Amino acid sequence: MKTPSDLLYTKNDEWVRVKDNVAVIGITDYAQDQLSDVVFVEIVAFEDDELDQGETCAIVESVKAAADVYMPVSGKIIDINETLVDSPELVNEDPFGDAWLVKLELTDPGELDDLMDAEAYKNMERDDH
Amino acid sequence: MPEPTLFDISKANRRGVRYPEPDVPEADFPQDFLREELPLPEISEHEVIRHFTNISQYNHGVDIGFYPLGSCTMKYNPKVNEDVARLPGFAFIHPLQPPETVQGALGLMYELQEWLGEISGFTDVGLQPAAGAHGELTGVLIIRAYHRDRGDEKRTKMLIPDSAHGTNPATSAMSGMEVVELPSDERGNVDLEALESECDDTLAGIMITNPNTLGLFDENIVEACQLVHEAGGLVYGDGANMNALLGTCKPAQTGIDVMHFNLHKTFSTPHGGGGPGSGPVGVVPELADFLPSPVVIRAEKGDEKNAPFYDFHVPEKTIGRVKAFHGHFGMFVRAFTYMISLGKEGLRDVAESAVLNANYLRALIKDSYNIPYDRMCMHEFVVQGEWEDAPDIQALDVSKRMMDFGIHPPTNYFPLIVHEALMIEPTETETKETLDEVAQVMNKIAKEAREEPETLKTAPHQTPFGRLDEVKAAKDLILNTSLPEDYGED
Amino acid sequence: MYTPHTDADREAMLETIGVEAVNDLFQCLPNEDLPDLALPEGITEMEALAELQYISSVNETTQELTSFLGAGAYNHYVPAAVDSLLRRGEFYTAYTPYQPEISQGTLQSIFEYQSLIAALTGMDISNASHYDGATAVAEAVNMALNRFRGRRLKFVLSPRLHPQARETVHTYMKGSDVEIVGEDLDPESDPEELISLIDEDTALVFVQYPDFFGQVYDYTELGEAAHDQGAMFGVHVNPIALGLLKPPSAFDADIVTGEGQPLGVPLSFGGPYLGIFATKKEFVRKMAGRLAGETVDDRGQRGYVLTLSTREQHIRRERATSNICTNQGLIMLASTIFLSLLGKEGLRELAALNYHKAHYAAEQINTIPGYLASPGKTFFNEFVVHCPRPAAEVNEILLQYDILGGYDLSESYPGMENALLMAVTEMIGRSEIEFMIDILAEETNA
Repeated sequence: MKTPSDLLYTKNDEWVRVKDNVAVIGITDYAQDQLSDVVFVEIVAFEDDELDQGETCAIVESVKAAADVYMPVSGKIIDINETLVDSPELVNEDPFGDAWLVKLELTDPGELDDLMDAEAYKNMERDDH
Repeated sequence: MPEPTLFDISKANRRGVRYPEPDVPEADFPQDFLREELPLPEISEHEVIRHFTNISQYNHGVDIGFYPLGSCTMKYNPKVNEDVARLPGFAFIHPLQPPETVQGALGLMYELQEWLGEISGFTDVGLQPAAGAHGELTGVLIIRAYHRDRGDEKRTKMLIPDSAHGTNPATSAMSGMEVVELPSDERGNVDLEALESECDDTLAGIMITNPNTLGLFDENIVEACQLVHEAGGLVYGDGANMNALLGTCKPAQTGIDVMHFNLHKTFSTPHGGGGPGSGPVGVVPELADFLPSPVVIRAEKGDEKNAPFYDFHVPEKTIGRVKAFHGHFGMFVRAFTYMISLGKEGLRDVAESAVLNANYLRALIKDSYNIPYDRMCMHEFVVQGEWEDAPDIQALDVSKRMMDFGIHPPTNYFPLIVHEALMIEPTETETKETLDEVAQVMNKIAKEAREEPETLKTAPHQTPFGRLDEVKAAKDLILNTSLPEDYGED
Repeated sequence: MYTPHTDADREAMLETIGVEAVNDLFQCLPNEDLPDLALPEGITEMEALAELQYISSVNETTQELTSFLGAGAYNHYVPAAVDSLLRRGEFYTAYTPYQPEISQGTLQSIFEYQSLIAALTGMDISNASHYDGATAVAEAVNMALNRFRGRRLKFVLSPRLHPQARETVHTYMKGSDVEIVGEDLDPESDPEELISLIDEDTALVFVQYPDFFGQVYDYTELGEAAHDQGAMFGVHVNPIALGLLKPPSAFDADIVTGEGQPLGVPLSFGGPYLGIFATKKEFVRKMAGRLAGETVDDRGQRGYVLTLSTREQHIRRERATSNICTNQGLIMLASTIFLSLLGKEGLRELAALNYHKAHYAAEQINTIPGYLASPGKTFFNEFVVHCPRPAAEVNEILLQYDILGGYDLSESYPGMENALLMAVTEMIGRSEIEFMIDILAEETNA
């Protein structure tokens, strides 16, 4: 299972890549593996929406599960990944790259402190496995 | 061999039915509204019969073989019920006929309400809900209306055990409730401590399935209901598993306030490939005024000279109607026929035989399968389709392999609290011989899982269709026959 | 007897389980004694049949009476082939097709139903059906509410949308904050009157076609008005009328619902019926209810599975779009067989027959002084009759002559005491229409 060391992570298996005041988010390799074949991605956030930490910004579906993706940090949406609508399989193939979900402008950079680094994410205890 | 679709076999100018020429002068059609194309297939009657007969043979049914789908109660559907429902006096009456022309139908509905009430201990019953989930919606709306009627608007918290069917939380959310999940204790009962900690003045109620989805009678039911009542909440009972309680226990007496019945499970009306069901709701006296409208009452009791008179009644504080007309009347006729055929001893025999069959099958396979919460079960039980020494095998593989022996698989992956769950409900209409044979098959499959896992992974082998690609279906989303642009044009 | 055990079976089974008596299996119950049900003893099949035959004989049927009752449930002929197929145990003793390898009969019939309904309504897709027309409308309201994530809360319902469908919507929406408007308009006003009610907060505008009064309107302008404000547009249909009339897709409907009972389902005192639900492809994931999709099996054969189940309660639980977890199974199958038998020409013929008979009846009624049947209106097989006296009285008189007159509209529309809603289907002969006209003219005009 890949866990790139330059990213930050949430307990809900989202990743965050921060550069200056802009963050890109997606779901982790572990999350895509748990879902198995992803058949649909719905980005429920719209550009220019301001969403709070914890609000749902996307839904990733396989045939057996539908996972809500929550905002790891608060921000204003500046870009969404439209290609996933036609190519949901990218989530399985390249979860940390082409399958990014939304780009946002941080509105409260302090919230980044709530996130885990790669090491902490790898060692995180999981309830059911 | 897959059967072509109706559109595949269609040929222009064929037809399966004709109507008489009009016996009245023909009126002018509204030209602005006439449709230009009507892209329906054109098929002869004989071809229609063959088509549907052929595809029917790809189905498994209770009439064909063992069908132990847990929590669905796939019991035998008596044939006389089908005959009775088609009697002209039941099939050819309009829902809006004046009551004096449908006293037989109203009387039957009244009697059905009475029978369901006596069996369950509820004083009042409404027949309108169309299915179990619809009965749930009705019940939760009744709970909501009860609190609001008392001015207690902050009660919006609904507790739902983690073993509950998915409809319970979906229904609560649909009814504007906030769902709080409750854990189960180590014996599979509602965890009383967790329950108590949620008991406050925002509590609307709890939704309990008893016997629960593990097939276990909740040993804490009376105490759980008391705790909820003391906190001012109400108890919703999911009656999906009523089969074990016929003549053995009245749910109302355990503290449940409102419960739906599944006539298509407990009372033998056919499942019909997914419907129509019927989900009447029983309530305690405090909730009678909130039942969906209308209910049937005996407006005049009748005496030696006069027959009683039955009529519709709108309960005083009704939540309103949950569908058009009066409910699935055709199912009422079947269920009522079933009940009066069995009578009180027969009903108890159903529960006793169902519980006997489940425990017997459980005993026959318990050495081959891990059984969580291992204690005497009610009408069904849950085993695990996984073994430490068969790492690649999942419950799904066991299920698919069972089909090779003409057996419908149990319910898979439910309840969610059991890993790789297989939920088995034999029902009372199966013989000892059938159960012996099923146990043999299941024990053989458990052995195969270790010795020849590929046989399971690639199963089924003996059915007309192999495993179907669900990912492709969800990605391609072909949801109907695509027609050429000019199909149906003259 | 439906339970098979002999005493010897029972003893052997108890021994295997390791208990002495059946009662030992019930030790976990809180009640010490089994309840003594105050119910009669069981009876044999021949006794039960006799009992039910008696009960059914008390009812007066639409075979014995001449019925002009419609109002959402219609007396149509059901070809013999429909019930003959419905009685196959392979269909009616199966359950929801959870295991596609041994459920292709049910799955293919769902797929064919979806195809037929899409073709009939002109919509992209249909689901596998809801409980009935009224609950289909309620699910449409629920869908629109979810589509706008609760940001649009206003629903505009035509006063001539079936009153029981509107009541059902109110019940379903009890737990939400929606505002339902439009129903209070004068029931005889034009549908364009609804336009002024549509605004930026409107989620859905819903009308019926033909409407509850049987009338046929062009909803193009109303649909445009809804779309101009970003709202969805829904149309509730009578599927038989669509054999003749242009489909609701012509009005750019986003959702089409309908009561499917006319498609081969007996009246059966109001149920079970069939809730038709069709929509545009873009809304497929917002739609509740079962769906079958085409795929292939591991041998390369075409087959069908239930698909998009992530929308459903067993996966999404409290986040599901609806709690529905069945469809109308066998009733859906009945309508699929019915439409297969009729096909393109049969449905046109049936619709035309209904149209002609109803128009003849209305025309004849208009010859009776004091009576007025939908003057100047376009209608299908049902129309409003304005009577010179309360409809309830007219019905009472007609019933003395074994005629079910029609639906007394004052039951749903206060103020319309003298209005009767009459349906005429292919089941009614010219002589029966003329007999009814004679009674109206001679006995009710006094």
